[in-house]
Amino acid sequence: MKFAVLQFPGSNCDQDFLRAVRDVLGSPARMVWHKETEIDPEETVLVPGGFSYGDYLRCGAIAQFSPVMNAVKVAAERGQTILGVCNGFQILCESGLLPGALVRNRDLHFICETIHLRIDNSRTRLTHELKDGDVLRIPIAHGEGNYRVDLETLQDMEAHGQIVFRYVDHDGKDSDSANPNGSLSNIAGICNRSGNVFGMMPHPERAVEDLLGSSDGLKLLKSLLSYA
Amino acid sequence: MKAVVVVTPKTTVLDPQGEAVRNAIHNLGMECVGTTRIGKYIEMEIDGSDLDKTRDQLEEIAKDLLSNPVIEDYRIELSAD
Repeated sequence: MKFAVLQFPGSNCDQDFLRAVRDVLGSPARMVWHKETEIDPEETVLVPGGFSYGDYLRCGAIAQFSPVMNAVKVAAERGQTILGVCNGFQILCESGLLPGALVRNRDLHFICETIHLRIDNSRTRLTHELKDGDVLRIPIAHGEGNYRVDLETLQDMEAHGQIVFRYVDHDGKDSDSANPNGSLSNIAGICNRSGNVFGMMPHPERAVEDLLGSSDGLKLLKSLLSYA
Repeated sequence: MKAVVVVTPKTTVLDPQGEAVRNAIHNLGMECVGTTRIGKYIEMEIDGSDLDKTRDQLEEIAKDLLSNPVIEDYRIELSAD
């Protein structure tokens, strides 16, 4: 298994992701420019955070039409693992690979802080090295992370274990005060029905060494590595 | 031809920007203003004279790119001048 880190004009977490998987995890990894049209069948695709195309129109709206996104759609259909973080999550929602959309934070602020994240489905490629209810400390940094989806789809997602992460307080409770951005049902991360496409607002690639304040993100990236 | 597409957040979706602006309007002393929603106004100049065909194309542009149907509605205005 190899990692492919996508790079759009305006991505700014691409180098963090590359460093996390290549230098910290020790896995083969490469950068993939947005104009490339091929993703290898053994690659796990990482869609990084940032401000692709300046967030023009809507976050992720322009990136969904990049040449590389056609290759990502093919990879998703082949069952390869795709993980979008922050702007990457927004891109995967805009491109229809994940349900729902991300809108402006409830209080309109750009929020940059370390939050508590609960694992609500540990039977996925991204979380299988953890247990249901485990709480991780991972940073968030976004202005549009308020997850929205219609009620019917939400119930369907719940029934199929597609809600992977929720924002919680330090005791693991998904209270309203622990919800940084107003996301529906404290949702911080989800997956598609097939369980191979993931999106999350928190940044696991920014929590991979104790020097960074937390190494909890490594547990998720290790899960991806050991799944393959 | 000239086309205008107006994109607004769906009424079922919370619009924090619109709420903040409504609160500011209330602070100005204008309590008469209720629900306020902020959207986008997109003006386009279009080559051609086939109104029906252009309307179909605009529909596609508005649906696939200019709006996100999960959270937004759109309205198209097309004029021949």
